[in-house]
Amino acid sequence: MSPSSAEETRPRPPAQAAFMQVIKPGAIPGDNCPVNGEGRGPERAAPKIVTRGLNFFYGKHQALIDNDLEIAERKVTAIIGPSGCGKSTHIRVYNRIYTLYRDQRAEGEVLMDGQNLIGPGVDLIELRRKVGMIFQKPTPFPMTVFDNIAYGLKLHYTMSRGELADRVEKALRQAALWEEVKDKLGQSGLALSGGQQQRLCVARAIAVEPEVLLMDEPTSAIDPVATAKIEELVEQLKGQFTIAIVTHNMQQAARVSDFTAFFFEGRIVEFGATRDIFTRPAKKQTEDYITGRFG
Amino acid sequence: MKPRPAGGRRLVDLTVRIFSGLAAVIAIFMLSWIIWEVAKKGVAALNPAFFTKLPTPPGIEGGGLANAILGSGLITLIAVAMGVPVGLFAGIYLAEFGGGSRLAAMVRFTVNVMMGVPSIIIGMFVYALLVLPVGHFSGYAGGVALALIMLPIVARTTEDMLGLVPNTLRESALALGAPRWKATLGVVLRAAKAGLLTGTILAIARVSGETAPLLFTAMNSPYWPSSLNQPTANLTVTIFNYAMSPYEDWQRAAWGASLLIMASVLAVTILTRFGFREVKR
Repeated sequence: MSPSSAEETRPRPPAQAAFMQVIKPGAIPGDNCPVNGEGRGPERAAPKIVTRGLNFFYGKHQALIDNDLEIAERKVTAIIGPSGCGKSTHIRVYNRIYTLYRDQRAEGEVLMDGQNLIGPGVDLIELRRKVGMIFQKPTPFPMTVFDNIAYGLKLHYTMSRGELADRVEKALRQAALWEEVKDKLGQSGLALSGGQQQRLCVARAIAVEPEVLLMDEPTSAIDPVATAKIEELVEQLKGQFTIAIVTHNMQQAARVSDFTAFFFEGRIVEFGATRDIFTRPAKKQTEDYITGRFG
Repeated sequence: MKPRPAGGRRLVDLTVRIFSGLAAVIAIFMLSWIIWEVAKKGVAALNPAFFTKLPTPPGIEGGGLANAILGSGLITLIAVAMGVPVGLFAGIYLAEFGGGSRLAAMVRFTVNVMMGVPSIIIGMFVYALLVLPVGHFSGYAGGVALALIMLPIVARTTEDMLGLVPNTLRESALALGAPRWKATLGVVLRAAKAGLLTGTILAIARVSGETAPLLFTAMNSPYWPSSLNQPTANLTVTIFNYAMSPYEDWQRAAWGASLLIMASVLAVTILTRFGFREVKR
């Protein structure tokens, strides 16, 4: 994918280069996009999703204003910010789940592998196979543990019973749930504990082999032990999936992510390598938020 | 400032408590009374012949209402087969697809009006539609009349029950790449299963006591319902006829039929209350 002429007219460097450019801290003017660290280590990653000039509306209310963001491939990008700042709204554009609601509308460009996800002609079924989502509250389907995982598989693949069972087991193992549920595959998914339900949802999402995993505050409804398990899981999965995680918990963002975007009132205030954001934020607002002065 | 004395408020409180308590007791008392009277008078009519034999002329022992029991069952079956699917899908449309559209608002209004239409008017309507043109009463017409009564009840409960399914469940299914219809039928309906079953069963209970819509449609018959394309015996019209008759054994049979209907409705209601209460976590 090469930058088009339209992109070149924009006042900021092409997205692909943003990660690799060596930019000295402080060298950037008041822009809301750049990486504010040395371009080494985790920053050297190609973006999987490139968002440019994204605006989002709930009816007449504008919830996202001119968002520019790159989600690096096979890395974890954390999205932080106070309640109502547009974090969830932003990632809900990536799988177009917002289209369920008539009055919600997105404008701008969200490019994944060169295709504008919010443009016309996007096959939502195929998009959602490639971009999985984990929600705040665990949402097991009212069916058995096995069928919960098989549901997505049957939607997208034709396979024999044996293959199906293998894929279900594989997904449950990947989600570190197999040992706990291997004797309960025929039981209702609703009978599992909250933390197990959330891992069941992770297993369900990764079973269809997506490329991107969106996690919308995946641990805010579960206890600390279960949270630790989910975080561990994120760590393991990132070698295989591109992950964007919305979180209220700044320690969590610091622990699990490679990049962090700080949202405030619908705008992306600062975006960069997580260690930079947390150790030497470029913006006063970011610093105030991560040190707990507001939010 | 000195607070007002509490005496007056205490008295009002006591009065309200006594009246609401009394009203509750009256409601329970009336229900128990009805159950007691019907059971006492009806139980005398219940014997094996009641469930297996055809009715006999007044004064001749050994008759039963087997034809009416069977006829009522068949008519209700037709009503369920027509009313439930249409009601169910109308409810699904209202809850899942219609949203705030004008058609949905119209359907919702129609359903509410239909709920309030007196059942005798439904009977007259079906009489004009299905009885007059063919020239005779029929079990089918009775089934249609009952279906028309069930339809709005099922549609309403379906919409209400689907409305209770959290949106995140819909989103989860769609986020996996399910098309909307699959998410609705495979996940959302399943999540609301207990409620939908309850709604359907309560609608059945409701129509099983209807007499007026059958008077002009299925009418009644002293014979076995060999075809539903003819006047068909049923319990409620039989009760109506027998109870008005001067014959003591017919009156007894009417009490028996009343007990049968009441007991089935009671059983079904209790079943839905306890049987389908799924474990929610």
